[in-house]
Amino acid sequence: MQELKQIIPLGTTDLFYLVAVILFILGIKNLSKPKTARRGNFLSAVGMLIGVVVTLLDRQIVEYDIILIGLACSATLGILMAKTVPMTSMPQMVALLNGFGGISSFIIAVSEYVFKGADLINTGWIDFTTLILSTLIGMVTFSGSLIAALKLQEWISGKPVLYPLQKTLNALMGLSVVVLAVLIYLSLSDASFDLAAKENADLYYYILSGLAFILGITLVIPIGGADMPVVVSLLNSYSGIAVAMTGFVLKNNALVVVGSLVGASGIILTNIMCKAMNRSLLNVLFGGFGAGPAGVDAREITGTVKSISPDEAAMILDVAEKVIIVPGYGMAVSQAQHVVKKLTDYLTKKGTSVKFAVHPVAGRMPGHMNVLLAEAGVEYDLLYDMEINDEFPTTDVTIVIGANDVVNPAAKDNPASPIYGMPVLNAELSRTVLVLKRSMNPGFAGIENELFYKDNTMMVFGDAKKTIEGFITALQELDS
Amino acid sequence: MNAEIIMTLYVFILAIFVGFELISKVPPTLHTPLMSGSNAISGVTILGALVVAGHESTWGDLSSWLGLAAVFFAGLNVFGGYVVTDRMLQMFKKKENKPEKN
Repeated sequence: MQELKQIIPLGTTDLFYLVAVILFILGIKNLSKPKTARRGNFLSAVGMLIGVVVTLLDRQIVEYDIILIGLACSATLGILMAKTVPMTSMPQMVALLNGFGGISSFIIAVSEYVFKGADLINTGWIDFTTLILSTLIGMVTFSGSLIAALKLQEWISGKPVLYPLQKTLNALMGLSVVVLAVLIYLSLSDASFDLAAKENADLYYYILSGLAFILGITLVIPIGGADMPVVVSLLNSYSGIAVAMTGFVLKNNALVVVGSLVGASGIILTNIMCKAMNRSLLNVLFGGFGAGPAGVDAREITGTVKSISPDEAAMILDVAEKVIIVPGYGMAVSQAQHVVKKLTDYLTKKGTSVKFAVHPVAGRMPGHMNVLLAEAGVEYDLLYDMEINDEFPTTDVTIVIGANDVVNPAAKDNPASPIYGMPVLNAELSRTVLVLKRSMNPGFAGIENELFYKDNTMMVFGDAKKTIEGFITALQELDS
Repeated sequence: MNAEIIMTLYVFILAIFVGFELISKVPPTLHTPLMSGSNAISGVTILGALVVAGHESTWGDLSSWLGLAAVFFAGLNVFGGYVVTDRMLQMFKKKENKPEKN
């Protein structure tokens, strides 16, 4: 016990941790500008290094073998993964790393439970509560992130998985967790003079861990692909909260501060994503959005779908003076970002103005499109948020690349539409809209997009990458 | 409720405010790197993991496995997180070298 109490001695370690924490805060501060972002990441890595070295040198660390093996394995695998993952797979990579953070919080909580046993409750209920919370949230983060990563990788269906009594079962599991926590507390109170009570407590604790694992799965599995930006942000915030709770358990202020920072960051992003979809967090988590046909009958769509070839589309582009490109998840799927950059360069050289309209929830995680376009080398000052909406009426051609719901005008004027009220890009107001799409299948949500039926909309079917390559070839022929 | 816990609560609450202040300023372009960057920072659990793994233990008992697993996963979070964030930010930085248009 005494040994564990000294996990944070009052010596110099804490001062070094303070230095590390300052570096983390400066790091995040620098992350807020593209110019300084890389330095910010470096600063926070230096903070981490200081923290690790100080921890290794100080206190009761007597066994180095395990640490060295763990670090060597994780460094090899971690760096390998980070270096090889394609940019289009970034959402699942982030989800996966998030899950690893969650499981390490969980494991630390478990080992604290194993080491401290009945001593846990002698130091007050906060110690006990934070230990249970870091067990619970750490595990939920892990299994939830894993499911999110599998969905994003499409190893399991990205569609919402719904089953009867889903919410009731989740609520029951949540309730059971609370009951188990109380049972553990009561059993531990008796454990100092009753061995059987300790065994009971252990049993309850392991059941609680198992329930947390299942809960993480059942919370994420009903959420559809396009809602992933919200889920990924939320899980990010969970992992932060788990770290903060671990900080409470270990009496380590560095963990508490960092956990709070990350938790806050995740909550802010979650909030931005929810606002961008005009939905509440509860609705995203429990709505089962996009499952089966929409409940309300969509209004009659008038007009016909006109399909043109890339060559014809290139003729329209050839005479355009102002072009806006609206990228969506389809651009990521067909890895079209590089040819988009090529097209942008070609048009810019011709004197055409090209801008990008990036909806906050385009893609599968916050900022997904921005990263892909940055990878291809598109200047980030060409990328606009919703603020570009005023410019559509003066735009000659809007090219929608694999985006769907974020350009659906029904969100503005059809109260029966499931996405009614979601802020969308006014693509239909431009003179011509070119929609690049694989087929006429409606988007993930199964909502018909009225934009496709507008008189000024031309569909160009096929793989986005090939279509855009076709644009470029045709443009070159027109110019030669 | 001892004083130590109360101090930790202070730190917790104040840090949340700092977090909100810092992060509400990040532009949408950097949301993905922010996420993976903050993710990497949350790998700070490695400090706790090191302590768990550093306990005296014999190979094969429960605590050695817990320690190894904790260090391994936290390490993945740290190494993978920082490297992947840097890789992304490199792409944003690259274009800074070109002459400004205005």
